[in-house]
Amino acid sequence: MRRTTWKAAMAAGVTGALVLTGCGGGSGAGGPAAEGVGEFTGEYDGPDVTLSYWNGFTGGDGPFMQDLVDQFNEEHDNINVESNTIQWGDFYQRVPAAVQAGQGPDVGVMHLDQLATHAARNIIVPVDDLAEGIGLSEEDFTPEIWDAGIYNDARYGIPLDVHSLAMYYNTEHFEQAGITEPPTDEASFMEALDKLKAAGFQTPFWMPSLWPGHLIWLSLTWQNGAPYSDDGTEALYDSEEGVAALEWMRSMVDQGYSPPGVAIDAQYVAFKNGQNSITWDGIWQINDLESNNIPYGIAPIPTIGDEQAFWANSHHFFISRQGAEDENKAAAAQVFIAWMSDHSDEWAGSAMIPARESVRESAAEFPQGVIAEEIESMRFLPPVPGVGGVQTEVLEPAVANSVLGEEDPAAALESAARRANELMERNREQFGD
Amino acid sequence: MATTVTAPRSDTVSDDRRGGAPRRGDPHRAGAAPWLFLAPYLVLFVAFVLGPIVYGLYISLHRYDFTLPNKPFVGLENYTDLFTPGSVTFDVFWRAMRATAIFTVMSVPLLLVVPLVIALVMNKKFPGRNVFRALYFAPYVLGVAVVAILWRYLLDANIGPVNYYLGLLGLPDDTNWTTSTPAAWFALVGVTVWWTLGFNAVIYLAGLQDIPKELYEAAEMDGANRWQQFRNVTLPGLKPVLSFVTMITIIASANMFGQSYLITRGAPGTETRTAIYQIAETGLRNYQMGSAAAMSYVLTVFLIILSLGVFWLFREKQARKKEPPLQAAPMALRQGRG
Repeated sequence: MRRTTWKAAMAAGVTGALVLTGCGGGSGAGGPAAEGVGEFTGEYDGPDVTLSYWNGFTGGDGPFMQDLVDQFNEEHDNINVESNTIQWGDFYQRVPAAVQAGQGPDVGVMHLDQLATHAARNIIVPVDDLAEGIGLSEEDFTPEIWDAGIYNDARYGIPLDVHSLAMYYNTEHFEQAGITEPPTDEASFMEALDKLKAAGFQTPFWMPSLWPGHLIWLSLTWQNGAPYSDDGTEALYDSEEGVAALEWMRSMVDQGYSPPGVAIDAQYVAFKNGQNSITWDGIWQINDLESNNIPYGIAPIPTIGDEQAFWANSHHFFISRQGAEDENKAAAAQVFIAWMSDHSDEWAGSAMIPARESVRESAAEFPQGVIAEEIESMRFLPPVPGVGGVQTEVLEPAVANSVLGEEDPAAALESAARRANELMERNREQFGD
Repeated sequence: MATTVTAPRSDTVSDDRRGGAPRRGDPHRAGAAPWLFLAPYLVLFVAFVLGPIVYGLYISLHRYDFTLPNKPFVGLENYTDLFTPGSVTFDVFWRAMRATAIFTVMSVPLLLVVPLVIALVMNKKFPGRNVFRALYFAPYVLGVAVVAILWRYLLDANIGPVNYYLGLLGLPDDTNWTTSTPAAWFALVGVTVWWTLGFNAVIYLAGLQDIPKELYEAAEMDGANRWQQFRNVTLPGLKPVLSFVTMITIIASANMFGQSYLITRGAPGTETRTAIYQIAETGLRNYQMGSAAAMSYVLTVFLIILSLGVFWLFREKQARKKEPPLQAAPMALRQGRG
């Protein structure tokens, strides 16, 4: 008796440990899902299914997405989409773990620069047939959005929208300074800054050290060259163009257009408070500015370098391995994505730019229309697994350090490039190239 | 700490019983009963402490990404990398360890002394004492996210009120509290002290209340002044509490993460990125879980050595001065928490 109880107690303990370790161990990749989700028929007439749909639209874009989901549920009797909204920062930590445990999304939205990483991890499955079935083709998109969704010759995402860096300016400040047109190149930009200073706006253009500082650096580098080699295997941070871009950013502080030591979000809050006149930030801020009644204008960022180019990203629909394993869910997920893609014109209300050319005209009536016209100038990160992690680990601190004046741009980028290449090499080993 | 004080007591109990006749409740005759009583805790302990420790060691010996099918065994590579200058993890890890050390060295003395001073004041009788006690403890109930977001805006160099008011007082108003060192360290330590001093103060307070009044009366009789009373009655009386507070404060400071993650984002560059921060980045964001596990074991070894040092420090003094061990502390702690 004594012994049995002892054994039972130990057994319970060990089982607990095993359950725990089992979660971490996971079942490993592979399996039938790797081939894709099967042919898209355009309709779903199977038994009732509930799709778990995850996204990260926590800002002004959230309500628009919820409206679309509600509308879809109303129109489809046998499909029920349950959405789960998680901040993007947590989203990319949770999705792999959740899918691994079978508790994740069946279908979801993620950023273009994350597709390759998740494809390599076998979290999401190819959707080539779906793209074909919906009738999507390269002609409907700019090649960059279209191509960046491809990893190892398979398509992993259906583009929903694009969003980019843009220039916001305070129209009242511009009026007082006698500026009639938003600046478009370096000469007119510097002239505008000087006029603003003359009109009493001491620090008209705050240079953020952290987010979106690295997006500004990427944009400026693309205006002169490229931050990554064409095949995406090498970081070229310390190229002449990269160094010039970072030196220009720091010069905004040195010349007194920006106060030193701008912390995260400070430049945007300052813009909302009327403390600065121009800020470069993402177009996702539009609804926030609108709802705060700030007198603002929006324009593409000026061409400081050789040719117009600016950072952009894109939201793509994906189907998870978990969703693909169930035939009915896979079919229903495809119907959902196809429907969403067709309705992406309504999504323009969220301040995003529809990715499909055929629906993009609808964005013209929105504030982001002026950016949508520049879609050819948008630049996307290369579809390389793990590139997002490399940037947060290496590029962002280097940019921040230089903008803060703690480190010389050339030196900072040189060591960042070296470390980025080490990390990218390690990623290649890890993902088996 | 509690065990060091109570251990002799339980020893005497079992010694008594070993000599006498076997009785009901004797551990040697109880059979399954003690294990049954232990079982709920044992299950939790094995599942959430022992299991993960062992599994973590296993992870640290592999190139481990839980989403990938192959997690190759790499032996001690993750550890040797941490000690090889020029490797992918060497620089970042030791910079993070340095940041942790800076924060610990700066914050622990303050977190030991300031709450003690406050506890001494709060131990006096004066009107509104309870209000002040509540005020000092209040920040501790806030979550780290609330504290961090609050102070991130208050301390912002360009739009925050702290610099603005400093300016009004005629003090320098251009300190970059969150984006330059050493200002960022002062900010992080200051916020941490403000946030957590209440907890240490409450423990001190409980300890103070358990020092027998007679000792103070006797001291007064002998003509001891306030300072002499503090040195010869209060401090020795607080010693067990002090060693406990020192230990948990060091460990809490060495595990600092939320403040720098949310207030400075590790800025400038990665200067204020602590060891835990780096471990989270490496393991949870970049999926290098083998490296991250190795880092956490190295950090653990450091903390164990540090804890042993603190233990030794407090024990050694106690032995040398030949003071009777004070039994008051565990009671005080129980009262303080109950």
